[in-house]
Order: sequence, then structure tokens, then C-alpha cells
Amino acid sequence: MARFVLQVNGRTHEVDGDAGDSLLSVLRYELGLTGSKFGCGEGFCGACTVLIDDQATRSCVAKIGTLAGKKITTIEAIGAPDRLHPVQQAFLDHEAFQCGYCTPGMVMAAISLLRANPNPSDADIARLMDRNVCRCGTFPRIVDAIKAAAAQSPSRARGGGHE
Amino acid sequence: MSERPILEPERYELREAPAYRFELERRDFLRVLTTMGGGLLVVARLPASASAQESGQGRRGDAAPGDLASWLHIDGQGHVTVYTGKVEIGQNIRTSLTQAVADELRAPMATITLVMADTALTPFDQGTFGSRTTPTMAPVLSKVAAAARAILIDQAASTWHVDRSTLDARDGRVVGRDGRSLSYGELTNGRTLTGTVDAAPPPMPREAWVERDKPAPKVGGRAFVTGQHAYSPDIQRPNLLFGKVIRPIAAGATPKTVDDAKARALAGVTVVRDGDFIGVVAPHERAAKAAAAAVSVEWNRVTGQPSSQTIYDFLKKTKRTGDGGSQRASGDVAGARAGAAHVVDASYHIPYIAHVPLEPRSAVAEWNDGKVTIWCGTQRPFGVRSEVAQAFHLTEDLVRVIVPDMGSAYGGKHTGEHAIEAARLAQAAGRPVKIVYTRAEEFMWGYLRPAGVIDVHATIDASGRLTSWEYENYNSGSAGLQTPYAVANKREVFYATDSPFRQGSYRGLAATANNYVREMHMDALARAAGIDAVTFRLAHITDDRLRAVLTKAAERSGWPNPSQPGRALGIACGVEKGSYIATAAELSPQRDGNGFRIERLVVVYECGAVVNPDGLRNQTEGAVIMGLGGALFEAIEFADGQMLNGTMADYRVPRFKDVPRIEVELIDRRDLPSAGAGETPIICVAPAIGSAARKFGTVANQLPVTLRT
Repeated sequence: MARFVLQVNGRTHEVDGDAGDSLLSVLRYELGLTGSKFGCGEGFCGACTVLIDDQATRSCVAKIGTLAGKKITTIEAIGAPDRLHPVQQAFLDHEAFQCGYCTPGMVMAAISLLRANPNPSDADIARLMDRNVCRCGTFPRIVDAIKAAAAQSPSRARGGGHE
Repeated sequence: MSERPILEPERYELREAPAYRFELERRDFLRVLTTMGGGLLVVARLPASASAQESGQGRRGDAAPGDLASWLHIDGQGHVTVYTGKVEIGQNIRTSLTQAVADELRAPMATITLVMADTALTPFDQGTFGSRTTPTMAPVLSKVAAAARAILIDQAASTWHVDRSTLDARDGRVVGRDGRSLSYGELTNGRTLTGTVDAAPPPMPREAWVERDKPAPKVGGRAFVTGQHAYSPDIQRPNLLFGKVIRPIAAGATPKTVDDAKARALAGVTVVRDGDFIGVVAPHERAAKAAAAAVSVEWNRVTGQPSSQTIYDFLKKTKRTGDGGSQRASGDVAGARAGAAHVVDASYHIPYIAHVPLEPRSAVAEWNDGKVTIWCGTQRPFGVRSEVAQAFHLTEDLVRVIVPDMGSAYGGKHTGEHAIEAARLAQAAGRPVKIVYTRAEEFMWGYLRPAGVIDVHATIDASGRLTSWEYENYNSGSAGLQTPYAVANKREVFYATDSPFRQGSYRGLAATANNYVREMHMDALARAAGIDAVTFRLAHITDDRLRAVLTKAAERSGWPNPSQPGRALGIACGVEKGSYIATAAELSPQRDGNGFRIERLVVVYECGAVVNPDGLRNQTEGAVIMGLGGALFEAIEFADGQMLNGTMADYRVPRFKDVPRIEVELIDRRDLPSAGAGETPIICVAPAIGSAARKFGTVANQLPVTLRT
């Protein structure tokens, strides 16, 4: 048992635990940040995707012992219902979800993707988003939404986080 | 430590839900009205025809004619609240039902709220499955909204002392010819009005639809894209603890010895033992996980269980002839076989597959004064209430089940084991408890789409006429069992069997297996007779709607020629839940992977009148993509009661790179009622791919489609 310091959405949190404990578990069940979803706990579905120093990361397999000094951004810091991020707006416009459980993770992964590649092709999106699963099968709409976000407002779509 | 057992073992196992009928009393909804402070309340009853529904394991408790199906309330501010026991699973019925109410009430979408799936507030509902919401609940809500509109017009007519025929309703107001108007809020304010749908005017003609004809954005969509919607695993309660259940090491295993001393010594941890049930409760998830790991159990295991290799023999050996055999036969099969020009016989194997809803089973349970409230994901809130009431020996009024809009289910969440587990842990801890299944738990302790063996014996005569059709389905289910093709001599039978794993409903359930087998077999028969596969089918189709989708899919796909030389084209069609589907698949040969690549899928779908065109397209694409998993790679592997690939890493579901070009053509039959829509498009994906793959080699008689070159 040791103490770890996490920088989440611009705030500092101290957490007692083991270095190998899951970041997602802390976010969801101790910090009350339930926007990142638990889907598999193996890093294979992407529902828990957060940004760690701007890189899309599966928070379920991110260990709290590896995060010292790193900037963690969750969906809660990306946009609000009355102030959507362009990627969120594009998901809404393209109805790029059904049940919506994968959507926060998809949005985070898409923001990270657009930062690295402002004009992705369909093949780029399929390759870079492959760790995110939409079990309802809205993949074609998600591809369209990401491309629309890229085309509509490249600089804003690449930005992200209001922290 | 031994506590008085509360969970009886047989209650804890999956079993048929009790055939139970709960009829809401009139005083209950009058109580609801009282708590709302007046306004207009209109109630609707469920039509008798809606009572027979398929739910995977046979029919559950029937709803008697006269059961209340919904009610609608309008308050003094003009807010409309509609109550239905249906569940939002991602199929977007919260949106499509709101569209129906907006149209019939002539009120803006934004003024309407649906309260869904809360056993304390909404009328009894059997559950949300079998694609029944649009065919049955949408007409009910349309009717209740139309009745409310008529009452509001009557109210205005008596206020103004004019004839009601001079009044109209639009945009949430009743409007007179002279231009004066009153809002619905003003008309209901300060009054208590009640009505039933018996006097409802007829529903709007299709041409008059306004909201229902256009793509409507998901109601509450902003909460989903921002992560703010609270699914069951996200529910927060004051003083909430986290629980974990200690799962048996294999199916059928029971604890032999349990050492929980280390777990009990942990700060803030409660260990719960009740019969074979073992669970822990801790302040948060990480602590619960550690506490569960501190419990050491030695298990008694069941030996001699089948594996994924031996399951098919097991199913045939364990067939139940007494209760399971549902048979339909006509003509003289033996006679037809004797005079056949071509005989095609085959035995097909269908593996268990998993639903893999991204939201796993989860529940939050909270006890207060002997009553329990449970937030959980389920397609059957009232069924789960009944399960919980039975498990805890309570009357149903002491159990409230609330289902937040869910992170999908696909038929996989009919049961309430997670609700019972959370309630048992919360009862012991004396505080609210949340449980969230791990992915491995969801695979192993949810339930699976049944495995099956399907034997087909069929014959054709020298003219290419199908002369006999014998079809025996072991365990995979009877939905879609009957062939839509004309054949004089046939026998079709479903046998229930034993199963080493829990099994239950699935999207399209048995129709996926039955249509795969039937369409692969029809393709084989056409090949045996040297007849074009579309021509052969059309010669045996008597239903014009099936003919229409098949013809259109053939046309649009370029049948019989693939778009490039060297590629293969396959086609399949079927009817399920009153909806008609045809799918064509174009494949190119590949050296690796499955031995082929899907270049294009053409999907032609007709499900009567289309309500929300964009929503339907979304559901259709989704069902097709889900179907790709079962067609290409999904199969549960197991041995000795243990699952060998029950993780997302090992069990492959469709991902971005698996999705081919999909062309969906919807045929909108405005002259027909809307049929169930969200399941049927899954059924023809595999046979379209499988029949195309036959160009490249021998395709094994099994799912997933396996090419042996």
C-alpha cells in the first residue's frame, strides 16, 4: 500500500493503493467520474478510453503507479450538454451510436486520433480506432462522424479539454 | 460463520421465469395522478394479440387482455409524461415512441418525456424483446395520445361553448376557427381529468405523419456523447458499497471448503455466505477485488461435461422427446424421397455464441424498511421484480426495479441474477451495494445463444421442384424453423436438449441458425440440380413480399455476376418477426484469414411502414455488422465446464476493420403496419457469405462459415 498522486482534469487527487491498481477503478468508483465506462477490463473494448498526456489510453489497464506527473483527461473535461466539443457534436449529428455505452471512449479516441492525424482516411480511422468496439455496430457512422469533425473545424476538433 | 440461508439454491440458478401475471389496479394509477397534483390522465389497455411473444426459452407469463399497457399525463404547464414498462436498450424506442406520441397528441417532441421501465411507476410489461415494441407499444401510445387530444378538444369546446368539430389541435394547443387558442397546460390546469382510450379517435393516416416520417435525433443524445447518462454501473447512492461474488471454478461446481478468515479480517469488508452463494462487500471496487481474492475456496466439480468438440453429440444424445418435440408434418416424405432425382442431406453444427453487451450485468440494491429498490440492466424489469421477490420471500410491492437506459443487451439480459446478488449483499451489509460483472463473469455467468445441431434431408425432382423437406433442430431453437418455401411433403421438428451452459434469447435467436441452415441447403439443392440459386428460390416462393426483397437484392447486387472476375456472389433471403430480408455478399479470395474477404454486402429490407428512417437504417446496419461476428468468427470454446475464450482478447467481435461496404435499401410499405425491425437483418448475413464462399472451395456445414480449400 502506498500513496499516489493523480492529476485528473486539472485537479490533484491522492489515492492509497497498490501501484498495479486500475486507473479506471479509481476514476469511476472513488472520484465519481463515471463518464469513462467499464467494458472489459482488458484494454480490448475502449469504452474506458481517457487521454494521458494527450494520448488515448485504456484506463482500465493503466496502472496508478505509472501516472506520476502525467495529465489525465476524462470525458467529463471534454464538453457538456450545452457546450459540446466538435467531435461530440459530430457524433450527435451523425447519430453515431445506438446504446451510447462506447461513445465516451470513442470520442476520446477520436480526439486523440485527430490530434495525430488531422485528415484521416477511412483506412486510417479503421486502423487507429481498432481498439474501440461498438457492439451495436455503428462503425460506418463513427467513421463519418470523425471525418466530419476533421473537415468541419480541424483546429477545434484537435483541441479538446477545457481544463 | 453460518447465517440463516436466504437464497434457496434453486432460486439462484437460471430457470424459467414464473408464469405470473400482475394487473395494476385502477387505484394505483389514481394514486399516481394524485401525487402529480392533478392534470389529465389517460390510460390504455394492451391489445390481446400482443400477449404471445417469443422470448428465447418459450413463452413466459401471458398478459391477459385488458391489462393496462400505458398511461399518459399532462400537467398544468403542458408537460406530457408517458409511462411505459418498455426498456431503452439502444434500439432507440425512447425516440420513436416519443415521435408517435408527438404526432397523435399534436404536441412538440420537446414537451414529451417517457418514463420507462420502473416497476413502481410504469404499467406491467412482459419485457422488451422479440421486436415487439413498434408493432404493439407504438400503436398503444398512439391511441392514448389520440384519446388525450380528443379530451382536450372536448374541454376547450365546453369552455368556449362551441361545437368540438370547429376545433383543431396543433403544436400543444387547441385552436378555434376564430383564432383563439388554449395551451394543453391551460386546459388541464387545476383540474383532474381522467379518460381511457375506448373513445379514442382513429390513428392518423400515414400521409398525416409529421414527426414519425423524419429522422429524429436520439432523445437525450447530448447526455450520451458527454458521458453524463448514468447506466446501471454508473448509479450513485449515498453510502454506496461495492460487492463481488465469488464465482465457481466451473459450471456446476459447488464449494467444498471455504476459508474466508483473511477476507473477514480486512477493514471495512463484509463476507456473505448463504448456501452456495459467497460474496464480499467493501468500500470501493479495488477493495472488493482484494477481499474476493482473499477468500479461498476448494470446489467440487462436475466431471464428464462436454467440450466444444463433443457438444454436438451431447445435444443429440440428450434430446427430450417428451416435452421438447414440436413437430409439423404434411404430405409423404418417404414417398417423395423414393422418387427423387437429387437427394441432398446434411447435418449442420451451430456453436454457442455470446451477446457481449458492452455494458455488463450490473446492479445497485438499496434496502429501506424491508423494501428493496434495485437499479439494474434487464430487458424484463417486471420479471426481475418477480425473481427478487421470490428469492427474498417478499411480496412484489416491496420490490422496485428501475432500469436506466441500457448499454445494450441483444437478448442477453432477460434474467435477474445480478439483481438478486446485489440485493443479498446489500441486505447483509446494511448499506446500498453495487456490483458490476467483470467481462469474464459476463461471458460465463450470463447466458449464451444456444448451440445446436440441425439435420436436413431434402429432395428435388427432375424438373427442379423441391419435393421433400425434413428438418430436425436440436436445441438451437424454433424461431424461423418453418420454411417459407412451398414444398408438398415436409416434416419440421424442434427438440429441446440438455445444455452444459446457461442459454437463452439472442438477437433473432434461432432464426439466425435456422435461416443459415435453410438457405445454405437451398443453395446446395440449386447447385445439385444445376439451377440458378435465385431462380430456384423464386420458383418456390409464394409470398410476394419475400419475392420482392429477393428480386431487389439480386438486381442491386448484379446477380449472378460479381462486379469483378474471380470474385464470388452469394445470396439469401428470409422472413422473421413479420419482416422480410434479402442479403447478397460479394467476396474476393484471400490467402489468409477466412480464405476470403467480404467486398460488399447488399441488404434489402422491408418491415412494413417505416417510422424513423434513419433509426431503422442504423438498426439494420448494426444487425448486419453483429451478424458478421457469428458468420465469421464467434464461437464459445469450452471444456470441463470452463470457458476457454471468455474474454474480449480471446473472443473476437466485429471491429472497424471487419466492416465491409454495406448498402442498405429499405422498402417502405406505407400500406402495411410497422413490423418488428431490429433483429431480422441479422439472419441472412451468414448464408449470403457462406453460399458465396462455395465458389472458392468446400464450405463446412457449420457456423462460423469455414472454407476448406
